[in-house]
This record gives sequence, C-alpha cells and structure tokens, in this order.
Amino acid sequence: MIIKVNARFCKGCNICVAFCPKQVLALDSMGKVCVVDESACIGCGQCELRCPDFAIRINKEEKA
Amino acid sequence: MRDYETFFRTNRLPHIWCPGCGHGIAMKAIAKAIAKLDLDQDKTVIVSGIGCSSRASGYMDFDTLHTAHGRALPFATGIKLANPELNVIVITGDGDCMAIGGNHFIHAARRNIDLTVILFNNNIYGMTGGQASPLTPVEKKATTAPYGTFDRPFNPCEVAKTAGATYIARGTAFHAAPLVDLIAQGIQNKGFSFIETLVQCPTSYGRRNKMGSAAAMLKDMSETVIPLAAYNRLSTEERNEKLPSGVLHTDVFPEYAAEYAKIIKQAGGDKA
Amino acid sequence: MSEARLMQGNEACAEGAVAAGVRFFGGYPITPSTEIAEYMAVNLPKVGGNFIQMEDEIAGIGVILGASLAGKKALTATSGPGFSLKQELIGYAAIAEIPAVIVNVQRMGPSTGQPTSPAQADIMQARWGTHGDHPMIALSPWTVRESFDVAVKAVNYSERFRTPVIILLDEVVGHLRERVELPSAHEIEIYPRRMPNTTKAQGYKAYTPMEDLVPNPANFGTGYRIHCTGLVHDETGFPSGSPKVTEQTIHRLHEKIMRVQDEITHYDEFFMDDAEIAVVAFGGTARTAYAAVEAARHAGQKVGMVRMMTIWPFAENVMRNLAKRVKGILVPEMNYGQYVYEVERAAAAQARVVSLPKYDAEVFTPDEIKQAIEKLAAEVAK
Repeated sequence: MIIKVNARFCKGCNICVAFCPKQVLALDSMGKVCVVDESACIGCGQCELRCPDFAIRINKEEKA
Repeated sequence: MRDYETFFRTNRLPHIWCPGCGHGIAMKAIAKAIAKLDLDQDKTVIVSGIGCSSRASGYMDFDTLHTAHGRALPFATGIKLANPELNVIVITGDGDCMAIGGNHFIHAARRNIDLTVILFNNNIYGMTGGQASPLTPVEKKATTAPYGTFDRPFNPCEVAKTAGATYIARGTAFHAAPLVDLIAQGIQNKGFSFIETLVQCPTSYGRRNKMGSAAAMLKDMSETVIPLAAYNRLSTEERNEKLPSGVLHTDVFPEYAAEYAKIIKQAGGDKA
Repeated sequence: MSEARLMQGNEACAEGAVAAGVRFFGGYPITPSTEIAEYMAVNLPKVGGNFIQMEDEIAGIGVILGASLAGKKALTATSGPGFSLKQELIGYAAIAEIPAVIVNVQRMGPSTGQPTSPAQADIMQARWGTHGDHPMIALSPWTVRESFDVAVKAVNYSERFRTPVIILLDEVVGHLRERVELPSAHEIEIYPRRMPNTTKAQGYKAYTPMEDLVPNPANFGTGYRIHCTGLVHDETGFPSGSPKVTEQTIHRLHEKIMRVQDEITHYDEFFMDDAEIAVVAFGGTARTAYAAVEAARHAGQKVGMVRMMTIWPFAENVMRNLAKRVKGILVPEMNYGQYVYEVERAAAAQARVVSLPKYDAEVFTPDEIKQAIEKLAAEVAK
C-alpha cells in the first residue's frame, strides 16, 4: 500500500485516524495526519472514503 | 488522480469548510456519482443557494451558480426549462431548502421538473454560527435556541413525498460509498429527485450539543441511520430513535420540461 | 408597419418583448400586470419559448435569471407588492450581470393599497429598492404604442449592458386601449447577446470587462464552465474579499451605464421654443399634462412640456439645461412627490421647481395641472 497525504489540504479533523482499523495513522505535532505504521495498512480505504478534505489517498496498484 | 477529481476546481481547494465538516464528503459523493454516470462536464450545471453547503458550487468544475439564500430552485428551474439538455443538480442546506426556500422546494417537487436536489442536512445554520434550522431536532441547542429547540422539525423526505417528488433517498456522510449510488440514481430519474444527506457539523452543532468529535458524530450516524428494510422491521417505538436510509420512495409522473415541450408543439412553436 | 389594432398597454409591452427576442417568461399573477403573463402564456409557446407560472414573486424573478444564464432572453412582470418582493434578486442580477427585464405596472400603495388604482409611487423604489450601490435603467412609456417600443429598448439594454432593466408602466397606460400600428419584424433592431471572444485555452475569464466595461460571461452549457455568484467577485467570477476588487466592481457597474447616459436618455419636448414654464411628466400623467399644456397655450401661457421616457439613470443634463431655459418647472406625478426632488436637485435653484403630487388613487384631470401651471406662471412673473 502507498498512503499519500496532502498536508496542505489536511485540517486535522482526525476522522481518518478514528476510522483506521489498524492504527496506521495519527496526527502529528502540527495537527496534520501522518503515517505511523504503513506496513500495517490493509488498504481498506476507510480513511480516504470519509476524508472531507481530499487529503489522504490509498493507492493499492502503485506498490513499489 | 481519481476520476471524480476532474470535476473539482482544484485551484480553489482546500475548501472553506471547518475541520471535520461533512460537506466535503457529500460533495465528493456528488462528483463520484457524476463520474459513475459519465455525465458531460460541459452539459452539467450545479446550482446552490446560500450557506455552508452552497459553497460547494464554487469548487465543482461545471457551469456553476451560487444564487441567493433559498432561491437555488427557481434559478435551476429556469436553467432546466431554457435548456432541457442540461443536467441540473442543486446543492442546498437545511435552512436554505426547508426554511427560506421551502415554498420553492414543494413547488419544484410538485412540478416534477427534472432536477436532482441534494440537501446537505447538518441540522443547523453553520455559516452564521449555529442558529436553529427547521431540521434541528427537538431539545437540541442552538444560539437561537439556548434552552433547546421546541419547534418540531420537518422530515424533509416526507415533505418531498407529499409534494410529489418522484425519487427520494436518504444517505449519510458515514455511509459515503452507498451515498454515491443514491445520488447517481437520483440523477438518472427523469423528474424531481431528492437526496437528503446527513452530514456532521462538529463546530456549530456538535460542540454546543456535546456530541463529541466529527468521528464520534459519524459513528452516531452509523447507529441511528439504518437501511429501510431494517427500519421497517422495527416497532413504532423503536423507530423513534432511528431514521431509514436508502431509496425511500419512487413514483412515475410526467416530467415538467417534457410536458412543456408538448405545449410548444401544440402551439406550433416547434417549427418557429 | 402592421395593420392597425386596438391594444392594451400591457399587451403591447408583452408583444414588444417577444419581438425583441424574449423567449422566457416567469411570473406570478398580480393586478394590474396579469395581462402580460396571460399574453406570454398564449404566445410564447407559439415561438418556441417558455412560460411558467411560479409559486411566488421571488421565484418569478429567480426563474428568469436562471433562464437568462442558460441563454434565453427573459422577462417577468409584476406590480407593487410583487416588485417589493423581487428586489433582492434585482440586486443579484445587477452584481452577477445577468440580463433581465422586470415590468412593474405601478399601482397605489404602500402594501396592498388600492390594487386597481393607478400610481407612480415606485419611482424611487425602482432606483433604490434593492440594497447596496447599483446602477439602474428604468423606462416609462406614455402610450400603448410606446409600451411596445420601450419593451424592445429594455430588452436590448438589458442584453447590451448585462443589467436588470425596469419598465415602469402604470395602471393608466397598462390598461389603456389605443389604436396602434406596430412595426414589423424587420423594422425592429435587436441586440444579440455577445458571446465570449476568447477560448478557455486563451485564458478566457467570465467577468473580464470589454472596452464598453461589460463582461461576456458565457451562457451555461456552452463549454466555458463559468461560476456565477452574488458575492463580490473578480474577473474570474469567483468570490473576492479584496477592497480593491470590491471598489473596482462597484465603480464599473455604475460606469458601464453612466458612460452611455446621454445615449439612453429618451425624452420629448413639446411647445418648448419660447416656454417660460415647463411641465416635466412621464407615464400616464404625461397624457394629462399634455392636454393641460395645450389648453394653457391656447389661454396664452408660455408653457411647454418635457416628457421623460428614461426615468433612471436620472436625466441630469436635460434637467440642468432645462432649469437655465425656463423660470419655473412643474412636476405633476401620481405620488406624494418623488421625481420632483431629483429635478429640484439638478435645477440647482436656476429655476423654481414645484411639485404637484397626486395620491388619492385618481388620475389627474387636465384642469388640475392647468391651474397649477397658471399659479406657477403667476409666481415666477413676480
């Protein structure tokens, strides 16, 4: 999985963090979303689905 | 780049909505529904009124019209009749649609004109700082209802049904994936379609009513809003605590613009 | 010219609008303007146009603004109470620069007033009814035939300047029946709506003013994907909070009209060559005033008449010059005194300006005006 965060768009509402079933995400000291454990991501897309700010994206295909 | 993102004016983003506001989720669902239906971007018009919800028109890359408070539907009616080949989608809010625009709402539904109305229902006047709307539930607090509201709220889906809408659905920002389909089906209905979309307003509504974070408000929605079939199995008492979601009502009735085209033909204007 | 017909002012106004290209009418029934809606209901579908009876007065103007944005020339008609209700969206049309014509067949007010009685008491409301600074074009016909001509002009001006234009009919002219010969289609000059002169790829912006200070927002559905809002906006059409943009926008909205003020100021002069007294009148009152002036002339008074078709923008230069030519100006109007204050201001004490108000829900008699002429003549002779 590749998790892309657009920090400029993120308003730190914490919705993605709260709905992530694997605790992959957290808010950083600036109050923006950050990836704390990418390897745990199962690609469920709950974060992207409900992000009101189009600030986070899960790309399954682009696996490096 | 997601397919629906071609329908955003990305240079206008990030949007003005507060952190955790559900409007962004609902707007994304509309863009996804348009992508799903592969509508012609140049033949689709987004019309909105005034309020938080109505700022959505500025972010969407179509011909877009940000009208006056409550007046989205008359403008949209004029656009649709003047050029029936256009897909006309109306984004409105609970105050815009059900208070100041209430008369236009029932009459647009009565005419069954081919418009798709998506009501972003956050139960409050958000842009002006949290005043009670006709969709604020009883006992909830607002700046203009400091002791809790006591006026009965509308059920907008029931209003739409009584007024004659031919497609009525309810979705939520929590159920963001099925919301896309509910909107897409509404756009496909050749008549007046109404999709009530429950969205969280953590800033002006949730905070005053101690409803917790945006995520907590979304989780509340996941519990109170249940599929219509499940809702129908509940006892009358149990239903008081729940709201049905999904397609709530469909009907078949002549569409206004198509009927008017017949009048033009009858008067000989099709040859003019 | 077509053959002679007996027509009502309201009908002639509606027919003129259709002749000028109006293909969309939305409105709400109200006395004494309803004949315009009824004419449109019968005749617009015959030319492929749309008539829609809306749920209220506000919807009546909202629907025509939507139709106009989608490319149709559009008109609504109303009277006092409805004109009050339409004011917010008249302002919307002004700032969003949407062509639209609003007919107000004036009746006695305020409020429900005397619905079937004439008045000219919406003169100031036509100018200042909507909130905020904005320009206004308002035209007032005095004959049935001119109701047709004014409708053509109003449609053309609304399209050319992309601004709301108000037709100030009054119950007298609206319901009057006269023999008229209307021009045939090829005799009518129609202003076609201007289309964008650049493509999106060339950097088209919906609200960039052209040389005439009027922008070219594309019709909806033509591929330009414009944004239209009632918020203050910059050339792109998107909202701007900038003081500079705000100032420029308000100034430009006024200037696009005021720079052509002389061209759009229409009026007639009668018996003015040697006149020492001028009667300034418009609409139904001008008909009575003409009879009064003629009678006063026969009685030996050096009196003339200036009949205004263009009410707004106010004919500043016409009135300033008039005040230099005569000793006294009499302004009869079916209201408590409205237009007279503008005349007085422009006259700047160069001539004595006298109001002749009429607010009893009756029309003037020629004698009332003739007596006022005689009184004024005696005063200025001292």
